[in-house]
Amino acid sequence: MSGTRQITLTVNGDVETRVVPVRQNLVDFLRHNLGLTGSHVGCEHGVCGACTLQVDGTMIRGCLMLAVQADGSEIQTIEAMSGDPLGARLQQAFRTRNALQCGFCTPGMLASALEYVRMGGSADRHAIRDHISGNYCRCTGYQAIVDAIADVVEDAT
Amino acid sequence: MKAAEFYYERPETLEDVLALLSDDAIPLAGGQSLMPMMNFRMARPEILIDLNRIAGLSGIADEGTDLRIGAMTRYVDLMSSDLIRAHVPLFGLALPHIAHAAIRNRGTIGGSLALADPAAEMPALLLTLGGTICVQSRSGAREIPADAFFLGAYETALEPDELITSVLVPKDRMQVGFHELARRHGDYAMVGVAISLQPQILVAFFSVSDRAERVPDAEAALPDLDAAVSALDAIAFLGDQNADANTKRYLAGVVLRRAVEGMT
Repeated sequence: MSGTRQITLTVNGDVETRVVPVRQNLVDFLRHNLGLTGSHVGCEHGVCGACTLQVDGTMIRGCLMLAVQADGSEIQTIEAMSGDPLGARLQQAFRTRNALQCGFCTPGMLASALEYVRMGGSADRHAIRDHISGNYCRCTGYQAIVDAIADVVEDAT
Repeated sequence: MKAAEFYYERPETLEDVLALLSDDAIPLAGGQSLMPMMNFRMARPEILIDLNRIAGLSGIADEGTDLRIGAMTRYVDLMSSDLIRAHVPLFGLALPHIAHAAIRNRGTIGGSLALADPAAEMPALLLTLGGTICVQSRSGAREIPADAFFLGAYETALEPDELITSVLVPKDRMQVGFHELARRHGDYAMVGVAISLQPQILVAFFSVSDRAERVPDAEAALPDLDAAVSALDAIAFLGDQNADANTKRYLAGVVLRRAVEGMT
Protein backbone atom coordinates (compact mmCIF):
# COMPACT_ATOMS: atom_id res chain seq x y z
CA MET A 1 0.00 0.00 0.00
CA SER A 2 1.79 3.08 -1.22
CA GLY A 3 -0.53 5.81 -0.15
CA THR A 4 -1.05 9.25 -1.45
CA ARG A 5 0.59 12.66 -1.32
CA GLN A 6 -0.67 16.17 -1.56
CA ILE A 7 0.83 18.16 -4.38
CA THR A 8 0.51 21.78 -5.42
CA LEU A 9 1.39 22.74 -8.94
CA THR A 10 0.54 25.40 -11.49
CA VAL A 11 -1.19 24.06 -14.58
CA ASN A 12 -1.76 26.45 -17.47
CA GLY A 13 -1.48 29.33 -15.04
CA ASP A 14 -3.90 27.94 -12.44
CA VAL A 15 -2.63 26.78 -9.05
CA GLU A 16 -3.99 23.34 -8.26
CA THR A 17 -3.73 21.40 -5.00
CA ARG A 18 -4.70 17.77 -5.05
CA VAL A 19 -4.08 14.52 -3.21
CA VAL A 20 -2.76 11.90 -5.62
CA PRO A 21 -1.70 8.25 -5.49
CA VAL A 22 2.09 8.23 -5.60
CA ARG A 23 2.10 5.77 -8.49
CA GLN A 24 -0.08 7.95 -10.70
CA ASN A 25 1.80 9.43 -13.62
CA LEU A 26 1.55 13.07 -14.62
CA VAL A 27 -0.45 12.65 -17.81
CA ASP A 28 -3.04 10.49 -16.02
CA PHE A 29 -3.25 13.12 -13.27
CA LEU A 30 -3.85 15.89 -15.80
CA ARG A 31 -6.44 13.87 -17.68
CA HIS A 32 -8.36 12.26 -14.82
CA ASN A 33 -7.92 14.67 -11.89
CA LEU A 34 -7.96 17.95 -13.79
CA GLY A 35 -10.02 16.99 -16.82
CA LEU A 36 -7.30 18.16 -19.20
CA THR A 37 -7.76 15.41 -21.73
CA GLY A 38 -5.85 17.17 -24.52
CA SER A 39 -2.66 15.31 -23.61
CA HIS A 40 -2.98 11.73 -24.78
CA VAL A 41 -1.76 8.36 -23.56
CA GLY A 42 -0.33 6.02 -26.19
CA CYS A 43 2.47 3.60 -25.42
CA GLU A 44 3.13 4.42 -21.75
CA HIS A 45 6.83 3.80 -22.18
CA GLY A 46 8.07 7.05 -23.63
CA VAL A 47 8.34 6.14 -27.29
CA CYS A 48 5.24 7.42 -29.09
CA GLY A 49 5.25 11.02 -27.87
CA ALA A 50 1.46 11.39 -27.53
CA CYS A 51 1.84 12.43 -23.88
CA THR A 52 4.48 15.10 -24.52
CA LEU A 53 3.82 18.27 -22.55
CA GLN A 54 5.83 21.02 -20.87
CA VAL A 55 7.08 21.00 -17.29
CA ASP A 56 8.99 24.08 -16.13
CA GLY A 57 9.47 25.12 -19.74
CA THR A 58 10.88 21.80 -20.91
CA MET A 59 9.09 19.21 -23.00
CA ILE A 60 8.86 15.86 -21.26
CA ARG A 61 6.94 12.60 -21.47
CA GLY A 62 3.92 12.82 -19.20
CA CYS A 63 3.80 9.03 -18.94
CA LEU A 64 7.29 8.86 -17.47
CA MET A 65 6.94 11.45 -14.73
CA LEU A 66 5.00 10.78 -11.56
CA ALA A 67 2.45 13.41 -10.59
CA VAL A 68 4.17 13.69 -7.21
CA GLN A 69 7.37 14.66 -8.99
CA ALA A 70 5.60 17.68 -10.48
CA ASP A 71 4.88 19.13 -7.03
CA GLY A 72 5.88 22.79 -7.17
CA SER A 73 6.25 22.83 -10.94
CA GLU A 74 4.65 24.79 -13.76
CA ILE A 75 2.87 22.67 -16.34
CA GLN A 76 1.76 23.78 -19.79
CA THR A 77 -0.52 21.54 -21.79
CA ILE A 78 -2.14 21.81 -25.22
CA GLU A 79 -5.09 23.52 -23.59
CA ALA A 80 -2.87 26.58 -23.05
CA MET A 81 -1.11 26.45 -26.41
CA SER A 82 -3.29 29.14 -28.02
CA GLY A 83 -2.32 31.58 -25.28
CA ASP A 84 1.32 31.43 -26.35
CA PRO A 85 1.96 33.53 -29.50
CA LEU A 86 4.38 31.01 -30.93
CA GLY A 87 2.08 28.15 -29.97
CA ALA A 88 -0.86 29.85 -31.66
CA ARG A 89 1.27 30.44 -34.75
CA LEU A 90 2.14 26.73 -34.86
CA GLN A 91 -1.52 25.75 -34.44
CA GLN A 92 -2.44 28.03 -37.33
CA ALA A 93 0.34 26.56 -39.49
CA PHE A 94 -0.83 23.01 -38.66
CA ARG A 95 -4.33 23.94 -39.82
CA THR A 96 -3.10 25.70 -42.97
CA ARG A 97 -0.86 22.81 -43.92
CA ASN A 98 -3.35 20.07 -42.97
CA ALA A 99 -0.82 18.71 -40.50
CA LEU A 100 -3.37 16.77 -38.49
CA GLN A 101 -6.08 14.22 -39.28
CA CYS A 102 -7.25 12.26 -36.24
CA GLY A 103 -5.45 14.64 -33.92
CA PHE A 104 -4.12 11.99 -31.53
CA CYS A 105 -0.45 12.89 -32.00
CA THR A 106 -1.12 16.60 -32.42
CA PRO A 107 -0.84 17.91 -28.85
CA GLY A 108 2.48 16.11 -28.37
CA MET A 109 3.61 17.11 -31.84
CA LEU A 110 2.87 20.78 -31.09
CA ALA A 111 4.73 20.60 -27.78
CA SER A 112 7.71 19.18 -29.62
CA ALA A 113 7.45 21.75 -32.42
CA LEU A 114 7.21 24.56 -29.90
CA GLU A 115 10.45 23.50 -28.25
CA TYR A 116 12.12 23.22 -31.66
CA VAL A 117 11.17 26.72 -32.73
CA ARG A 118 11.97 28.22 -29.31
CA MET A 119 15.47 26.74 -29.32
CA GLY A 120 16.17 28.25 -32.72
CA GLY A 121 15.80 25.13 -34.84
CA SER A 122 16.45 25.61 -38.54
CA ALA A 123 14.04 25.21 -41.46
CA ASP A 124 16.10 22.29 -42.68
CA ARG A 125 13.62 19.43 -43.09
CA HIS A 126 16.11 16.82 -41.89
CA ALA A 127 16.69 18.76 -38.68
CA ILE A 128 12.94 19.14 -38.12
CA ARG A 129 12.37 15.43 -38.67
CA ASP A 130 15.21 14.67 -36.33
CA HIS A 131 13.57 16.67 -33.55
CA ILE A 132 10.06 15.30 -34.03
CA SER A 133 11.30 11.74 -34.46
CA GLY A 134 10.00 11.06 -30.97
CA ASN A 135 6.41 11.88 -31.97
CA TYR A 136 4.68 9.18 -33.95
CA CYS A 137 1.86 10.03 -36.38
CA ARG A 138 -0.16 7.27 -37.99
CA CYS A 139 -2.28 9.45 -40.24
CA THR A 140 -0.42 12.18 -42.07
CA GLY A 141 2.85 10.66 -43.19
CA TYR A 142 4.65 13.61 -41.53
CA GLN A 143 5.23 15.73 -44.67
CA ALA A 144 2.56 18.25 -43.78
CA ILE A 145 3.79 18.44 -40.18
CA VAL A 146 7.31 19.22 -41.39
CA ASP A 147 5.83 21.79 -43.80
CA ALA A 148 3.98 23.50 -40.94
CA ILE A 149 7.02 23.69 -38.69
CA ALA A 150 9.26 24.88 -41.54
CA ASP A 151 6.71 27.62 -42.32
CA VAL A 152 6.84 28.91 -38.75
CA VAL A 153 10.64 28.80 -38.62
CA GLU A 154 10.88 30.68 -41.92
CA ASP A 155 8.39 33.29 -40.76
CA ALA A 156 10.33 33.80 -37.57
CA THR A 157 13.64 34.39 -39.38
CA MET B 1 -0.22 -0.47 -18.18
CA LYS B 2 0.22 1.25 -14.84
CA ALA B 3 2.97 0.85 -12.28
CA ALA B 4 2.36 -1.36 -9.25
CA GLU B 5 2.12 0.18 -5.80
CA PHE B 6 5.26 1.49 -4.15
CA TYR B 7 6.35 3.87 -1.42
CA TYR B 8 7.76 7.18 -2.61
CA GLU B 9 10.48 9.05 -0.77
CA ARG B 10 11.69 12.49 -1.72
CA PRO B 11 14.76 13.16 0.44
CA GLU B 12 16.40 16.55 0.54
CA THR B 13 20.04 15.53 0.99
CA LEU B 14 22.48 12.94 -0.28
CA GLU B 15 22.86 11.64 3.28
CA ASP B 16 19.12 10.97 3.42
CA VAL B 17 19.34 9.07 0.13
CA LEU B 18 22.22 6.93 1.35
CA ALA B 19 20.33 6.13 4.55
CA LEU B 20 17.41 4.81 2.50
CA LEU B 21 19.19 2.73 -0.16
CA SER B 22 18.71 -1.02 0.13
CA ASP B 23 17.69 -4.05 -1.93
CA ASP B 24 14.08 -2.84 -1.81
CA ALA B 25 14.66 0.91 -2.11
CA ILE B 26 16.01 2.06 -5.43
CA PRO B 27 16.82 5.51 -6.82
CA LEU B 28 14.70 7.34 -9.37
CA ALA B 29 16.94 9.49 -11.56
CA GLY B 30 15.57 10.66 -14.92
CA GLY B 31 12.98 7.91 -14.94
CA GLN B 32 13.22 7.46 -18.70
CA SER B 33 14.21 3.81 -18.36
CA LEU B 34 12.91 2.97 -14.90
CA MET B 35 9.38 4.33 -15.41
CA PRO B 36 8.82 2.29 -18.61
CA MET B 37 10.01 -0.80 -16.73
CA MET B 38 7.66 0.01 -13.86
CA ASN B 39 4.78 0.72 -16.25
CA PHE B 40 5.35 -2.73 -17.75
CA ARG B 41 5.73 -4.10 -14.21
CA MET B 42 9.12 -5.49 -15.17
CA ALA B 43 10.43 -3.49 -12.22
CA ARG B 44 8.48 -3.50 -8.95
CA PRO B 45 10.54 -1.70 -6.34
CA GLU B 46 9.02 -1.45 -2.90
CA ILE B 47 10.44 2.02 -2.37
CA LEU B 48 11.36 4.65 -4.93
CA ILE B 49 13.84 7.31 -3.82
CA ASP B 50 13.46 10.43 -5.96
CA LEU B 51 16.89 11.99 -6.59
CA ASN B 52 15.61 14.95 -8.56
CA ARG B 53 15.66 17.47 -5.71
CA ILE B 54 19.09 16.59 -4.29
CA ALA B 55 21.46 19.52 -4.66
CA GLY B 56 24.98 18.96 -5.88
CA LEU B 57 24.40 15.85 -7.99
CA SER B 58 24.41 17.55 -11.37
CA GLY B 59 26.80 19.78 -13.23
CA ILE B 60 30.03 19.54 -15.17
CA ALA B 61 33.34 20.62 -13.64
CA ASP B 62 36.80 20.84 -15.17
CA GLU B 63 39.23 19.05 -12.89
CA GLY B 64 42.34 19.42 -15.02
CA THR B 65 42.86 16.07 -16.70
CA ASP B 66 39.24 15.01 -16.32
CA LEU B 67 35.76 16.43 -16.37
CA ARG B 68 33.69 15.50 -13.34
CA ILE B 69 30.07 15.05 -14.39
CA GLY B 70 27.41 14.88 -11.70
CA ALA B 71 25.35 11.69 -11.91
CA MET B 72 22.07 13.58 -12.30
CA THR B 73 23.35 15.63 -15.25
CA ARG B 74 20.77 15.31 -18.02
CA TYR B 75 21.69 14.33 -21.59
CA VAL B 76 20.35 17.65 -22.89
CA ASP B 77 22.77 19.53 -20.65
CA LEU B 78 25.68 17.35 -21.74
CA MET B 79 24.77 18.16 -25.34
CA SER B 80 24.73 21.90 -24.78
CA SER B 81 27.82 22.03 -22.57
CA ASP B 82 30.80 24.02 -23.84
CA LEU B 83 33.14 21.91 -21.70
CA ILE B 84 31.83 18.69 -23.21
CA ARG B 85 31.95 20.12 -26.72
CA ALA B 86 35.56 21.19 -26.25
CA HIS B 87 36.90 18.18 -24.37
CA VAL B 88 34.68 15.13 -25.02
CA PRO B 89 33.84 15.14 -28.73
CA LEU B 90 32.71 11.50 -28.48
CA PHE B 91 29.62 12.64 -26.59
CA GLY B 92 28.75 15.01 -29.44
CA LEU B 93 28.85 12.10 -31.90
CA ALA B 94 26.90 9.69 -29.71
CA LEU B 95 24.32 11.54 -27.63
CA PRO B 96 22.02 12.57 -30.51
CA HIS B 97 21.45 8.84 -31.03
CA ILE B 98 20.09 8.32 -27.55
CA ALA B 99 16.30 7.95 -27.67
CA HIS B 100 14.47 11.22 -28.45
CA ALA B 101 14.70 14.87 -27.46
CA ALA B 102 12.01 14.63 -24.79
CA ILE B 103 13.78 11.64 -23.26
CA ARG B 104 17.11 13.47 -23.31
CA ASN B 105 15.52 16.36 -21.43
CA ARG B 106 15.14 14.10 -18.39
CA GLY B 107 17.47 11.13 -18.78
CA THR B 108 20.73 11.25 -16.82
CA ILE B 109 24.23 9.92 -17.26
CA GLY B 110 24.20 8.27 -13.82
CA GLY B 111 20.86 6.60 -14.43
CA SER B 112 22.06 5.04 -17.67
CA LEU B 113 25.27 3.75 -16.11
CA ALA B 114 23.52 2.33 -13.05
CA LEU B 115 20.91 0.53 -15.15
CA ALA B 116 23.52 -0.94 -17.52
CA ASP B 117 21.04 -1.81 -20.23
CA PRO B 118 22.99 -3.96 -22.72
CA ALA B 119 21.68 -1.77 -25.56
CA ALA B 120 22.49 1.58 -23.99
CA GLU B 121 25.14 3.89 -25.42
CA MET B 122 26.54 5.49 -22.29
CA PRO B 123 28.24 2.39 -20.82
CA ALA B 124 30.10 1.86 -24.11
CA LEU B 125 31.09 5.54 -24.19
CA LEU B 126 32.57 5.26 -20.68
CA LEU B 127 34.52 2.14 -21.67
CA THR B 128 35.89 3.88 -24.75
CA LEU B 129 36.93 6.94 -22.79
CA GLY B 130 38.40 5.04 -19.88
CA GLY B 131 36.06 6.77 -17.48
CA THR B 132 35.58 6.22 -13.76
CA ILE B 133 32.32 5.87 -11.87
CA CYS B 134 32.35 7.50 -8.43
CA VAL B 135 29.97 6.07 -5.88
CA GLN B 136 29.04 6.72 -2.29
CA SER B 137 27.37 4.74 0.46
CA ARG B 138 26.80 5.11 4.19
CA SER B 139 30.21 3.53 4.74
CA GLY B 140 32.22 5.71 2.41
CA ALA B 141 33.12 6.41 -1.18
CA ARG B 142 34.93 4.53 -3.90
CA GLU B 143 35.89 4.94 -7.53
CA ILE B 144 35.21 2.13 -10.00
CA PRO B 145 36.93 2.09 -13.40
CA ALA B 146 34.47 1.59 -16.26
CA ASP B 147 36.28 -1.64 -17.19
CA ALA B 148 35.30 -3.12 -13.83
CA PHE B 149 31.78 -1.69 -13.65
CA PHE B 150 29.59 -3.47 -16.21
CA LEU B 151 29.16 -7.10 -15.20
CA GLY B 152 26.16 -8.32 -17.15
CA ALA B 153 22.66 -7.48 -18.27
CA TYR B 154 21.40 -4.78 -15.87
CA GLU B 155 24.19 -5.85 -13.53
CA THR B 156 26.93 -3.56 -12.29
CA ALA B 157 29.55 -3.48 -9.55
CA LEU B 158 27.24 -1.29 -7.46
CA GLU B 159 26.24 -2.64 -4.05
CA PRO B 160 22.56 -2.14 -3.14
CA ASP B 161 23.47 0.63 -0.71
CA GLU B 162 25.66 2.53 -3.18
CA LEU B 163 24.73 5.53 -5.30
CA ILE B 164 26.60 6.86 -8.31
CA THR B 165 27.32 10.50 -7.46
CA SER B 166 29.60 11.50 -10.33
CA VAL B 167 31.47 10.27 -13.36
CA LEU B 168 35.06 11.17 -14.25
CA VAL B 169 35.73 11.43 -17.97
CA PRO B 170 39.27 11.98 -19.26
CA LYS B 171 39.49 15.14 -21.32
CA ASP B 172 40.69 15.69 -24.85
CA ARG B 173 40.34 12.28 -26.42
CA MET B 174 39.97 13.99 -29.77
CA GLN B 175 40.32 11.11 -32.25
CA VAL B 176 37.02 9.38 -31.75
CA GLY B 177 34.37 7.63 -33.78
CA PHE B 178 30.84 6.38 -33.21
CA HIS B 179 28.23 4.53 -35.21
CA GLU B 180 25.01 2.77 -34.40
CA LEU B 181 22.29 1.15 -36.49
CA ALA B 182 18.69 1.25 -35.31
CA ARG B 183 15.47 0.28 -37.04
CA ARG B 184 13.94 3.68 -36.42
CA HIS B 185 15.55 6.88 -35.28
CA GLY B 186 15.77 6.78 -31.52
CA ASP B 187 15.13 3.06 -31.18
CA TYR B 188 17.50 0.94 -29.14
CA ALA B 189 20.40 0.05 -31.39
CA MET B 190 20.60 -3.18 -33.31
CA VAL B 191 24.31 -2.78 -32.72
CA GLY B 192 26.65 0.11 -32.02
CA VAL B 193 30.29 0.95 -31.45
CA ALA B 194 32.41 3.72 -29.98
CA ILE B 195 36.12 4.16 -30.72
CA SER B 196 38.91 6.26 -29.33
CA LEU B 197 42.45 6.19 -30.76
CA GLN B 198 44.48 8.31 -28.35
CA PRO B 199 46.26 7.77 -26.00
CA GLN B 200 45.49 4.12 -26.78
CA ILE B 201 43.06 2.38 -29.09
CA LEU B 202 39.83 1.53 -27.28
CA VAL B 203 36.83 0.00 -29.01
CA ALA B 204 33.57 -0.69 -27.19
CA PHE B 205 30.42 -2.26 -28.62
CA PHE B 206 26.89 -2.08 -27.27
CA SER B 207 23.72 -4.00 -28.01
CA VAL B 208 25.77 -7.05 -28.94
CA SER B 209 25.62 -9.23 -25.84
CA ASP B 210 24.66 -8.94 -22.19
CA ARG B 211 26.70 -5.78 -21.65
CA ALA B 212 28.71 -3.06 -23.32
CA GLU B 213 32.13 -4.51 -23.94
CA ARG B 214 35.53 -3.69 -25.27
CA VAL B 215 37.13 -6.04 -27.77
CA PRO B 216 40.88 -6.19 -27.03
CA ASP B 217 41.57 -8.35 -30.09
CA ALA B 218 39.98 -5.75 -32.35
CA GLU B 219 41.85 -2.97 -30.55
CA ALA B 220 45.14 -4.80 -31.17
CA ALA B 221 44.31 -5.43 -34.83
CA LEU B 222 43.59 -1.80 -35.72
CA PRO B 223 44.48 0.00 -37.96
CA ASP B 224 43.99 -3.18 -40.04
CA LEU B 225 40.24 -2.87 -40.38
CA ASP B 226 39.67 -6.28 -41.97
CA ALA B 227 41.57 -7.99 -39.16
CA ALA B 228 39.67 -5.95 -36.58
CA VAL B 229 36.33 -6.99 -38.09
CA SER B 230 37.44 -10.66 -38.02
CA ALA B 231 38.43 -10.25 -34.38
CA LEU B 232 34.82 -9.42 -33.50
CA ASP B 233 34.18 -13.18 -33.35
CA ALA B 234 35.42 -12.80 -29.78
CA ILE B 235 32.07 -11.26 -28.83
CA ALA B 236 29.47 -13.73 -27.57
CA PHE B 237 26.66 -12.20 -29.62
CA LEU B 238 23.18 -12.43 -28.14
CA GLY B 239 20.08 -11.74 -30.24
CA ASP B 240 17.29 -9.50 -29.00
CA GLN B 241 14.03 -8.12 -30.36
CA ASN B 242 15.93 -5.82 -32.71
CA ALA B 243 18.26 -8.31 -34.36
CA ASP B 244 19.34 -11.92 -33.96
CA ALA B 245 22.89 -12.91 -33.08
CA ASN B 246 23.97 -13.55 -36.69
CA THR B 247 22.66 -10.19 -37.83
CA LYS B 248 24.42 -8.48 -34.94
CA ARG B 249 27.65 -10.26 -35.84
CA TYR B 250 27.45 -9.02 -39.40
CA LEU B 251 26.36 -5.50 -38.46
CA ALA B 252 29.12 -5.23 -35.85
CA GLY B 253 31.60 -5.27 -38.69
CA VAL B 254 29.56 -2.72 -40.62
CA VAL B 255 29.39 -0.24 -37.74
CA LEU B 256 33.06 -0.68 -36.95
CA ARG B 257 33.99 0.23 -40.54
CA ARG B 258 31.62 3.21 -40.56
CA ALA B 259 32.83 4.44 -37.18
CA VAL B 260 36.43 4.35 -38.36
CA GLU B 261 35.50 6.14 -41.59
CA GLY B 262 33.65 8.83 -39.69
CA MET B 263 36.34 9.49 -37.11
CA THR B 264 37.06 13.00 -35.90
